[in-house]
Amino acid sequence: MKKLTPPISNETVQSLRVGDKVLLSGTIYTARDQAHMRLVNEENPSFDLNGAVIYYVGPTPARDGEVIGACGPTSSYRMDSLAVPLMERGVKMMIGKGNRGKDFRESMQKNNAVYMIATGGAGALLASKIKKRELLMYEDLGPEAIYKLDVENFPCFVAYDVHGNSLFKGDDNA
Amino acid sequence: MREITFEAVKNAVKTNLIKINYNLDDSFVKRLEDARDRESQSVSKSILDDIIENQKIARRGIIPLCQDTGIVVAFVEMGRNIFFDGDIGAAINAGVSAAYEEGYLRKSVVKHPFNRENTKDNTPAVIHTKLTKGEEIKIKLAAKGAGSENMSKVVMLKPSDGIEGVKQLVKDTIFKAGGRPCPPIIVGIGIGGNLEKSALLSKEALLRDLDDQSSDPTIRDLENTLYDEINALGVGAMGVGGDITCMGVKINYYPMHIASLPVAINIQCHANRHDEVIL
Ligand code: SF4
Repeated sequence: MKKLTPPISNETVQSLRVGDKVLLSGTIYTARDQAHMRLVNEENPSFDLNGAVIYYVGPTPARDGEVIGACGPTSSYRMDSLAVPLMERGVKMMIGKGNRGKDFRESMQKNNAVYMIATGGAGALLASKIKKRELLMYEDLGPEAIYKLDVENFPCFVAYDVHGNSLFKGDDNA
Repeated sequence: MREITFEAVKNAVKTNLIKINYNLDDSFVKRLEDARDRESQSVSKSILDDIIENQKIARRGIIPLCQDTGIVVAFVEMGRNIFFDGDIGAAINAGVSAAYEEGYLRKSVVKHPFNRENTKDNTPAVIHTKLTKGEEIKIKLAAKGAGSENMSKVVMLKPSDGIEGVKQLVKDTIFKAGGRPCPPIIVGIGIGGNLEKSALLSKEALLRDLDDQSSDPTIRDLENTLYDEINALGVGAMGVGGDITCMGVKINYYPMHIASLPVAINIQCHANRHDEVIL
């Protein structure tokens, strides 16, 4: 079990290995399909991409008094090509679910980044690790807007490390 | 003639949809606990622990099981001897709309394939209606997430592909899907009919009780061998490698053309949200 606090450094990326369980505490940013399409063209995003952690998620609406609704990861492969320019601009860690394409993995290794998975479908459990939420960009996208999340011991696993290893059984044949 | 009102249908649908989005069926939870105990790989085991812990938190009724609260599928059986004044589809959709608003569920339905504009109340549901005997309306409801639905498919095999062809197709589909449909999964298979019938059969198969076994011996054998062979693929929980990939395989079949062997594979994730209401 490793405890990490973003921003994530190159050394941290190098030290992570497939299957490592990581507990994240600190700031991460949400973004999924539509937010990615806009973010890649953004010259001055309102947060620092350098060392940033991006979480692929679109939560359910929060009840009054709750920080957030259910917020498990969405399938990452849909963000594969859009993740490349973000890694080139310094994003170091992405959290989602499921396997991703070859081009993504190559770019990840080149840009010294790491891909994590959180437990898909564990929306209620993961919500309990989120302590604060703040709207950052693209309010009109509703659940797909970019939020800044303050997390505490947010659990995830290294799925692709920077050394070329994969946690997924299907990757060699997919 | 019994009268069943629009409001009664709407309320039953609403209550049931909220319930399934927060409460995983007890017997299914038991199966997940068994699966966790049997799993030998540590990452997969820890994910199964998370899934079990997750449903405990969701049960408190504040946060749904999963953020993808799905598109609603309804199989309706209308007894011939009831009086229902109105449009049953409209009543079901009114229930969906109320459930997704009042239950704090995510509205995930868009109007158009290309402009992707949200309908804002998670309607319309996908509704299949059948006339039956009796004095009841029976509605099977499912909240189906996209992660597992997107990994599903229909293939028109050749009759000569036979049982081996079907097995190969199912295993290839599940292996390639990997972690995307959120394993451990349930696999619904529809064989026969034609293109659309096979798809419908596969969805109905997913709604069967996990203890239910096909009454046809060949189909029952196929359900059992596929269950073992899918687990032997080693995909594991969320695709991370492990002993538990699927929790059940159910096959429904129907007569077909001499020249056809349609096969539909519908995948259900571990957020196995379906139930039945009887009015
Ligand atoms: S596949 Fe199922 S468990 Fe996974 S995110 Fe979608 S609805 Fe939730």
